[in-house]
This record gives sequence, structure tokens and C-alpha cells, in this order.
Amino acid sequence: MKNFGGEILFLDRSDINTDEIIPARYLTEITKEALKPYLLEDIKLDGFLPETDLLNKKVVISRSNFGCGSSREHAPWAFEVNGINVTIAFRYARIFRQNMFNCGMLAIELAEDVIDGIFNRFADKKASLEMDLENSAFVITSGSEVQKIEFSVSEFDYDLVKSGGWVNFADKRY
Amino acid sequence: MGKTIVEKIFDSHLKDNPSGNINVISLDAVFCHEITTPVAINDLVMRGKDRVFDSAKIKVVIDHVTPAKDSKTAMQGKILRDWVKRNKIPDFFDIGRNGVCHAIFPEKGFVRPGYTIIMGDSHTCTHGAFGAFAAGVGTTDLEVGILKGVCAFIYPESIKINITGKLKEGVFAKDLILHIISLLGVDGATNKVVEFVGTVVDRMSMEERMTLCNMSVEAGATCGICYPDEVTVDYLWEFIKDEFVSKDAALTEYKKIISDDDASYFKKIDINIDDLEPMVTYGFKPDEVKAVGMLAGEKIDQVYIGSCTNGRIEDLREAAKVLSGNKISDSVRGIVSPATPKVFNMALEEGIIKTFLDAGFCVTNPTCGACLGMSNGVLADGEVCASTTNRNFNGRMGRGGMVHLMSPATAAASAISGFITNSNLYKG
Ligand code: SF4
Repeated sequence: MKNFGGEILFLDRSDINTDEIIPARYLTEITKEALKPYLLEDIKLDGFLPETDLLNKKVVISRSNFGCGSSREHAPWAFEVNGINVTIAFRYARIFRQNMFNCGMLAIELAEDVIDGIFNRFADKKASLEMDLENSAFVITSGSEVQKIEFSVSEFDYDLVKSGGWVNFADKRY
Repeated sequence: MGKTIVEKIFDSHLKDNPSGNINVISLDAVFCHEITTPVAINDLVMRGKDRVFDSAKIKVVIDHVTPAKDSKTAMQGKILRDWVKRNKIPDFFDIGRNGVCHAIFPEKGFVRPGYTIIMGDSHTCTHGAFGAFAAGVGTTDLEVGILKGVCAFIYPESIKINITGKLKEGVFAKDLILHIISLLGVDGATNKVVEFVGTVVDRMSMEERMTLCNMSVEAGATCGICYPDEVTVDYLWEFIKDEFVSKDAALTEYKKIISDDDASYFKKIDINIDDLEPMVTYGFKPDEVKAVGMLAGEKIDQVYIGSCTNGRIEDLREAAKVLSGNKISDSVRGIVSPATPKVFNMALEEGIIKTFLDAGFCVTNPTCGACLGMSNGVLADGEVCASTTNRNFNGRMGRGGMVHLMSPATAAASAISGFITNSNLYKG
């Protein structure tokens, strides 16, 4: 299984699309590693600078309809090669969400008020997340502030994460 | 209780139910292009599983960047070509015979009512126009599809949109779908299938239905779908005439999958389009839509007519009607990409290509090209494009560029004036 936790990057906007996560001009790359420098290069988010803001980040928390648009799995890959294996949002676009689990990564959905709460409490601070996947919970810590949050992942999605993705899962089963 | 069309398709293709509402379904076709397939191919090779579940059910095209624009895109084409050869895949469309995937595959008769189809491309939902379940997927789903012929989906609920009334002169399927997306919102149909029904859809050609279904993903839908009818059978007849004794027999067979009257829906929406105006997007999301009149006068630098949404013959005809006898503005670059060689040929024969050339358009070969900002018309920072494509995301057609989505007629009128313009201005 992959490593799910670490410093959090807050992307405070809804409808962040996969063109913003990894622009089409980099879809000519045929290795995942080559996508590394281009993550979030075109994101429309005031004050966001990929070079500095991405440093050491291992978790992404965003708002609604995260990963909409193009089906490109280059979007999860661009996160993956930057060490980001988990995203948390209110809602996802179907294909992006499926791509995450298909890669053995985690796309966690939380209620809107829980997401709002996390943003209000931690978004302007340096915060990090510790995952307890077995108990479907994580803890966010920033200085002395600590918050535990529970989530749910379907049995199927959990199986994909444990198998290391859909190819391994399907290969055993079909 | 009755079933929806997509529930019937799922039930007849069910292969496994690994847990909860997850259905693994068998696939009737897996479509591939050169951008999302090579990584899947490389992974299969690396795993020692360089094979395909059924070479006759895999259809392959090079369409996004063609001819190759640099060494990297040349390599993507080569990986695809070599794979097709190794696995003896009969249906492969390379340069000279290639066109935009969602235009050329229906044209070749590869889509049938009741089919299940995946492709590593979000606009695969286009093929729902034929009464098929067709969904865009990522590269891993594609890889498993190629290897095993299956894909996993949440058992889908449907939204039924009943469209009545009559489209006004100068208003098209594109305006209608932009309007519908503005009603649903960019995630209003996430994980749902959108059924387009009603008298307006009944009267539509297959091309118009494809335009509708094509953009259903812009509201988050897994697939857009229309019921198979006489129009569907007429379109497909040359490909299915050996399978059925008559068109009526085909129709009777296909109609079996149409939704039952007592099927249950996530939501039902009624839309009357008598008053619908030509529409255009104004922001960076496809649900940010206004009537063309409200944006009239907005300056543009480029006009692009083409793509899987509006690069078919009917689209070029509508644009040519507006362009005929006119010249495009000096301040505008006009680019038209007929979606397939067949469309290009018809446009040549009908004099449409000449109309475009006389008006000052650049006519390119069939390709996605400018639509996703990879080649053939990339925008510069700060430039604005009036486009018949389906996505107006920030930077979609080039970094720092802005895209306004509209119908081919509106795009043509805008090319003439240099500003966003209602096509009625140029109608005789
Ligand atoms: S024309 Fe545009 S939207 Fe359609 S398949 Fe090509 S890149 Fe995608």
C-alpha cells in the first residue's frame, strides 16, 4: 500500500479541472515521472505558486467537483510522482475519483460542512495529516490544534487500495 | 418496476458484483487513441501481458496530434502503431484515413444500440446518441478493458430530460446543450446517465444527437443517451443490413432496450425550447452560459470550427451558410478542421471547403488539434477564441487563452465581424 499522510496543500476552490492539474501540453509524456515539474501549473487560484506552495506537500484538500473535465489519468499520476497519494474533497468528478482508486490512491469524500470546518480551522496554517486507514479516520494537526475526522470508503475502493490498483485486482479476479 | 435503458444495458452485460452497487460489466468495444493508450500499452508490456481480450472489439485511431508535431508525439503514434501490428488489430486509422475519434467511430458503424463502450477520453459519452452506454475512463480502466474486456461502474441512476418545442432559426443542438448544462451545473449529473427524450430529440439527426450527448460530461454525466429509433436505424443500415431482414426488424429489436414507462429516475426535467436563443459561454466553466446577444461585441482573436462536438458535415454546412459571400475580419484567424476524411470529402463536393477558403479560413486535416491546445492553432497568452468545441477551461486551447463555446453558425458570424455575433445578422 502507498503512504497516505503528511503536510497538507489546501486548494480553496470548487471545480478544479484536470487541465489545471496537468495541462494538455504535457500529455505527450509517456512516463509518469516526467510529469513531476508540471503539477498544477495552470491552476486558477489567486496567489498560488506551484514552485513554493507544493514543497513537501503530501495531501491535497479541496472543495467540490474536484478533478472535473478531461479523463486524463495524468492528473493522479502528477500527484503521485510528487508524493501526493491522497486527496480530500466534498465531491469528485467520476473519472478522476475512479482513476485515483485505480492507481491504489485515496480520494476521500467528506460532507460539505466538514470540509468547510477544515478550511476554517487549518487552511491558513501549516498543517499535516496522519492517516489511519484501517479505522477509516485521519487526524489533522497544526501546532497544538488537533482534529480527528472519520470518513467512509466503500469495500470495493478499499480493495483497490489494498491490491495496489485495479489492474492487480482485475488480474486476480477475471 | 420497469427499468431505464441504461439499467437494461447493465443487466445484460453484468459480469461481477464485487461489492455494494459496483457492477463489473463486459464490454462490446474498447476505443483507443494515441494520447491515453501508450502508457497502458507500456504497462501491459512491462507486466508481460502484451495481449488484447478481443482484437475485433478494439478500435484504434491517431487523432489528437496528427501529423505528429514533434519527437514525443511521433513516439506516441509509433507505440500505438506497433501495438496494433503486434496484436493484429484490424480497425486502425492512421494518417490519411484518420479523424476525430468520436466522429469517425460512429461513421464506421462501430457503435450499436445496447452496446457497452469505454475509451480513455471523457467525451466517449458522445456514442450514447445511438442508445449505447459509452463512458470515458482513465488509462488504468482502459488497460483492464484492453486485457480483460471488462470495466467497473457504479450502477447508474438516470436523469430524464424531456425536450419539447421548436428550435428557432439560427438556434442549434449546441445552443440547447449549453442551455441544459447551465441548468444542471458542471456537477449536476455526476455519476448519472442523462437521457435525452422528447419531440425535439425525435426530430434530430444522429449528428445533432451526438452534439447533445457529447457535452453531457460537461455536467458531470457518465453518459448521455438517446433512444434508438428510425433515425438510428437509417444511419446504421449499411452496417447492419446483413443482420436483420428489414429496417422494421432492426427497429423492433433495438426498441426492446428503451426505458420502460414505469422506470424510476433520479430526476426528471421538462424543457421547452420555443424561446431558446443562440447561447455562448462567458467564463472558464461550461455552465457559465449566456445568450449570444448579451456578449455581443466581445472581441476575439481566433475562430475554431471543428472537434467531436461540431466538426461534422451538418456543422460545416451551417457555418458555410453564414460565411457564404463574406470575408472574415482582418483581426481574426479562422481555422476549420473537418472531423473526418468523409466529412472533408463531402465538404469538398458540396463546395463548402471553397466557401471557407474564400472567406479566409485555414482548412486543416481532420484532427483534434486546437481543441485541446496541443497543435494546429494554440492560443497565445491573453488571446480569445470563439470555438465550436466543448471545453472553455482556463488555458484549454493554450496557456493564458480564453475560450467562448458556441455553435458553428455563431462562430462563423463572429469570424466575419471579429466580435461575438449572432448569426442571424448574416442571414439573407
Ligand atoms: S475534439 Fe477535443 S474534446 Fe473531442 S476528443 Fe478531440 S480533444 Fe477531446
